[in-house]
Amino acid sequence: MAHTATTPKGMTFGEAGCSLVFVAMAFLSIIIAAKAYTPEYAFHAYLYAAAFGVAAFKIVDRYYDRPNDLPPLTINGKPNYNMGPVKFATIAAVVWGIAGFTIGLLIALQLAFPALNFDTAWLSFGRMRPLHTSAVIFAFGGNVLIATSFYVVQRTCRARLVGDLAPWFVVLGYNFFIVIAGTGYLLGITQGKEYAEPEWYADLWLTVVWVTYFLVFLGTVMRRKEPHIYVANWFYLAFILTIAVLHLGNSATIPVSIFSPKSYIVWAGVQDAMVQWWYGHNAVGFFLTAGFLAIMYYFIPKRAERPVYSYRLSIIHFWALIFMYIWAGPHHLHYTALPDWAQTLGMTFSIMLWMPSWGGMINGLMTLSGAWDKLRTDPVLRLMVVSVAFYGMATFEGPLMSVKAVNSLSHYTDWTIGHVHSGALGWVAYISFGAIYCLAPWLWNKKELYSLKAVSWHFWISTLGIVLYISAMWVAGILQGLMWRAYTSLGFLE
Amino acid sequence: MSQETHEQIDAVTGVSTTGHSWDEIQELNNPLPRWWLWSFYATIVWAIAYCIAYPAWPLVSSYTKGVLDWHSREAIVQDLDALKAQRAGTTAKLAHASLEEIRQDPELFAFARAQGKAAFGDNCAGCHGAGGAGAKGYPNLNDDDWLWGGSLTDVEKTIRFGARSTSDKGHQGTMPAFGRDGMLKRQELAHTADYVRSLSGLPAEKGADLAAGAKVFAENCAACHGDKGQGNKELGAPNLSDKIWLFGSDKATIMESLWNGRGGVMPAWSERLDDTTVKALTLYVNSLGGRPEALRTRNGHSAVGNERPAGNCRPLALTQIKEGPQSSS
Amino acid sequence: MSLWSRHKIFETNSIILLIGTLFVISIGGLVEIVPLFYLKSTIEKVEGVRPYTPLELAGRNVYVREGCYNCHSQMVRPLRDEVERYGHYSLAAESMYDRPFQWGSKRTGPDLARVGNKYSDEWHRDHLKDPRAVVPGSIMPSYPWLAEREVDVGRVKEDMNVQAALGVPYSPEMIAKAASDLKTQAATDDSNATTLAERYPKAAARDFDANPQRITEADALIAYLQMLGTQVDFKLYDNKANVR
Ligand code: HEC
Ligand code: HEC
Ligand code: HEC
Ligand code: HEM
Ligand code: HEM
Ligand SMILES: [Ca+2]
Ligand SMILES: [Ca+2]
Ligand SMILES: [Cu+2]
Repeated sequence: MAHTATTPKGMTFGEAGCSLVFVAMAFLSIIIAAKAYTPEYAFHAYLYAAAFGVAAFKIVDRYYDRPNDLPPLTINGKPNYNMGPVKFATIAAVVWGIAGFTIGLLIALQLAFPALNFDTAWLSFGRMRPLHTSAVIFAFGGNVLIATSFYVVQRTCRARLVGDLAPWFVVLGYNFFIVIAGTGYLLGITQGKEYAEPEWYADLWLTVVWVTYFLVFLGTVMRRKEPHIYVANWFYLAFILTIAVLHLGNSATIPVSIFSPKSYIVWAGVQDAMVQWWYGHNAVGFFLTAGFLAIMYYFIPKRAERPVYSYRLSIIHFWALIFMYIWAGPHHLHYTALPDWAQTLGMTFSIMLWMPSWGGMINGLMTLSGAWDKLRTDPVLRLMVVSVAFYGMATFEGPLMSVKAVNSLSHYTDWTIGHVHSGALGWVAYISFGAIYCLAPWLWNKKELYSLKAVSWHFWISTLGIVLYISAMWVAGILQGLMWRAYTSLGFLE
Repeated sequence: MSQETHEQIDAVTGVSTTGHSWDEIQELNNPLPRWWLWSFYATIVWAIAYCIAYPAWPLVSSYTKGVLDWHSREAIVQDLDALKAQRAGTTAKLAHASLEEIRQDPELFAFARAQGKAAFGDNCAGCHGAGGAGAKGYPNLNDDDWLWGGSLTDVEKTIRFGARSTSDKGHQGTMPAFGRDGMLKRQELAHTADYVRSLSGLPAEKGADLAAGAKVFAENCAACHGDKGQGNKELGAPNLSDKIWLFGSDKATIMESLWNGRGGVMPAWSERLDDTTVKALTLYVNSLGGRPEALRTRNGHSAVGNERPAGNCRPLALTQIKEGPQSSS
Repeated sequence: MSLWSRHKIFETNSIILLIGTLFVISIGGLVEIVPLFYLKSTIEKVEGVRPYTPLELAGRNVYVREGCYNCHSQMVRPLRDEVERYGHYSLAAESMYDRPFQWGSKRTGPDLARVGNKYSDEWHRDHLKDPRAVVPGSIMPSYPWLAEREVDVGRVKEDMNVQAALGVPYSPEMIAKAASDLKTQAATDDSNATTLAERYPKAAARDFDANPQRITEADALIAYLQMLGTQVDFKLYDNKANVR
């Protein structure tokens, strides 16, 4: 990097290419907006146009402001980490998290007081519930995953993120996808498939973003200065790759027209159901599990300042987990019109999934051996440890609910909702809180968090809330299931 | 820094590390926990056994059937048969006995009502309310006032074939739309509405011309509702002289009845439910209709449990009240 | 060193790690999904299941749009309480034209797989407009806007075109007549009702929303709800032949 001063300033291929493509896409979006079948779709097309336009402008603007050379990969032999996109995604995660939890509260209230639907289409439960699930899983969880993966991969590979614009494209593009998906639900634009509600044009955009994400991550791993790839990165890689495969399979739709938001899925009926839950279960397995296990593998040892408990366990549980998860989808379709043989496979693999899941829990918890005392003083570590405990609980409960006899009772009831939130709130949200509390001072070069006491309050209030929430759902769900099948002594439904 | 560093011994646990370090994170080389490994093996063994027993692996043109030869679709048939066996003789007796015979036989009657109650919750409560108390446009089945007759045979016919339903054997008469179809003027109808209210002793508004109303009524309505508004069960024309209203007694609602006509649809249940269930429903519904012995078993509560068992089984159903004969048997 | 050291190849070579992962995650999906397309037993052989009429299809799209699947299942399981409560358990054949499938995963409200003909149109009208008007304790949202918004009659043809391309047996004639069939089905005593019934057996034609002037989303949704679960005649269904 000695000859910095002499290189003449020139646009990189990425800058030139992206700005041209974005301008073209902006025009295309305007044409689509003009001919859109519905006003809702026109609104989205204008959003696309604005986003592409702003993006193109920003790229050119940045080009004029930046020094002749792109940032160096290393400075004085130390990696020159790219933390801008990480900071953005971290803040986005906090914002979306608050939004998603608030919507969760709203839909919970709607179930008690239907007047809170306000008789408007936008706010009605059927549209708000997918907004909640997507906001917490994809907006909150997704930003946590992007932020931490970009952070962890750089630190554990001692390499700067690949690409100049690409990491920003991933972060901003992903959040734009969230905006399109979320406003779409409110406007009634949905594919009608759980956890895969966004319509075709949002899906296409996500595909582009996700492939870029994959390339940035993989490229950074390949650029590593460490001989070995750290276990967290195995999990991140498996998560990014598998989600791409699942997304392509489950969102394979044909739009009615390029001017219509509506599309039809290529699979139908029972096959569509199987593909959906192949996707849906592995959204749990790879988005909500593999990705967050990666977070656990970095942040717990880091915060506890202890080595990971067992290297060998990480190998076995990694391969067993990703192999077996894929098979478990049919446990969402027990006793449905899915053939019995497929249900058996879903059930047996779910049972076999128990120990591979607990392998992760053991590795997380046992990493604390020798540092348990830190739990007393460090509420951030406490959040993460409780999170792993919830993970253990959810992955014990899951196999239990996969047993057909149990599922015949639990399916369709609030028990599922209880299970979901012990996994998604107890495990996913808690490990995310822990990771965000770790990241904030590291990213913004502060010594510690503003107030550990506030973290402690956060910990206790939310733990109380979750425990009450989940146990209420268990009781309600099990009673619900029992009442549905209650017979009188004469042999009639009660 | 840490290029292939050598294994170290962790001071706290005495276990060696793998010798790598990533951003200062190291890994211990602990073995797999024994209990964990054996549990994992156990689940695998169990899974293999289960796959041998039950349908499991897809093949080229079929799938492995499993040595137990179990199928969910055979199991349900057996389950339903077992249920039938439990109800056994009694259901058969229900099928063969006439409605009146069943009513005379206390045990059979209790049984029929139990079955009817269950079917009512799942099929009828949406319209007639959980306790059969009805709603606007949906008759109350607890009172002894019947649109189409309250005898066992009348009620059975109504349930089996419905009213204005998809079945052509059902009841058919409708209330004409006198106003909308231009048969009568608004003013005339207003007088008639006042007159109709007066039939059941409701106070007339100021300026009401009951005589004019009576004239219109005699010319247009008496054919169906009878000259004193006492109703006609052949035509399903409600009794207008009692204080029981299907749609409502306020003038606006009556005007609505006269202007747009009425013709509520009661579905034909023979298309959906089997014969014995219809019979059981008949006995159950008929017993709701103000029959004293039915009332006695209700302990002062509404006739049925206050909950619709179908689907919306929210915790509310905890308060479900068991009916006398059932819980005592 | 033992077998464990073999794992080094995955840890030191990202492409091999990637390929290994891809291989491992592919197996389960392939084994479970692919046979569903070639095993003949997957979809039962039954009479009566036909593609949706244009009006029903429009109604189904409203159902999807409003997210009714968030509260309602459309899948009666072969369990005795469900069969007794809702009717015959659901067959795969009954949803073979469903894109997307709407079996649901949560029952906040009742199952709707067999709700067709269970209530009157008027009940559905009242219920959709304000569920509490007919079911006092109901927590279902009100959908008053359905009776206000009109169906885009001219465009249903395009939806059917896409479905036909995906294998739904819509004939060119059905597609050509889409708009007129839709209007016929939404009217009481339309003179074309018989030809509609030839193309779509058992299709019920009437003014579902009691508003003869307009074809609203309530017309479409109620038409869809009223046909749910009514196509297969279970008196003719052979359980033994379709065990799988
Ligand atoms: C779609 C709503 C609906 C459902 C569901 C329904 N009913 Fe009805 N039912 C009606 C209406 C409307 C009437 C009144 C018909 C009329 O106005 O003439 C009626 C009338 C009746 C009557 C005659 C009342 C009288 O005064 O003569 C009986 C008996 C009855 N229903 C029983 C049942 C039973 C039993 C079930 C369930 C198997 C049932 N209904 C389900 C709407 C319904
Ligand atoms: C062809 C027969 C027929 C004629 C003529 C007729 N009605 Fe009716 N009327 C009915 C029927 C049948 C019903 C019940 C409709 C239902 O159950 O939905 C009814 C219902 C009513 C109701 C509602 C009762 C309630 O309990 O809410 C009123 C009020 C009424 N009629 C008044 C009149 C008046 C006034 C006239 C003359 C102007 C008239 N009817 C003429 C058959 C008739
Ligand atoms: C908040 C959850 C919720 C949503 C969303 C919802 N429903 Fe419901 N639905 C219920 C509940 C609870 C019941 C039972 C009480 C009742 O009948 O209102 C019900 C009952 C029904 C019934 C009567 C079923 C029966 O057999 O008694 C129908 C039909 C129905 N809903 C259709 C729909 C349609 C169509 C939509 C979407 C446009 C929808 N629902 C959206 C909760 C919901
Ligand atoms: C304040 C926190 C939260 C509240 C109040 C809340 C509330 C709710 C409610 C009321 C439902 C609908 C249940 C029903 O239909 O009966 C729901 C569903 C769901 N929530 Fe949450 N939630 C919260 C946090 C989260 C988080 C953090 C996640 C994930 C990371 C999450 C994931 C889900 C999922 C996946 C479902 C759908 C479950 C299913 O379909 O079975 N929630 N939530
Ligand atoms: C070994 C691991 C697990 C197994 C075997 C498992 C199994 C199950 C089962 C059987 C159901 C109920 C399906 C139904 O009846 O509809 C379910 C639902 C669900 N689980 Fe798990 N689970 C596991 C772990 C987790 C974890 C860790 C999470 C969250 C992070 C999670 C999130 C969910 C969600 C969101 C649903 C609801 C899906 C729906 O919308 O219906 N699961 N799981
Ligand atoms: Ca769900
Ligand atoms: Ca209409
Ligand atoms: Cu699952």
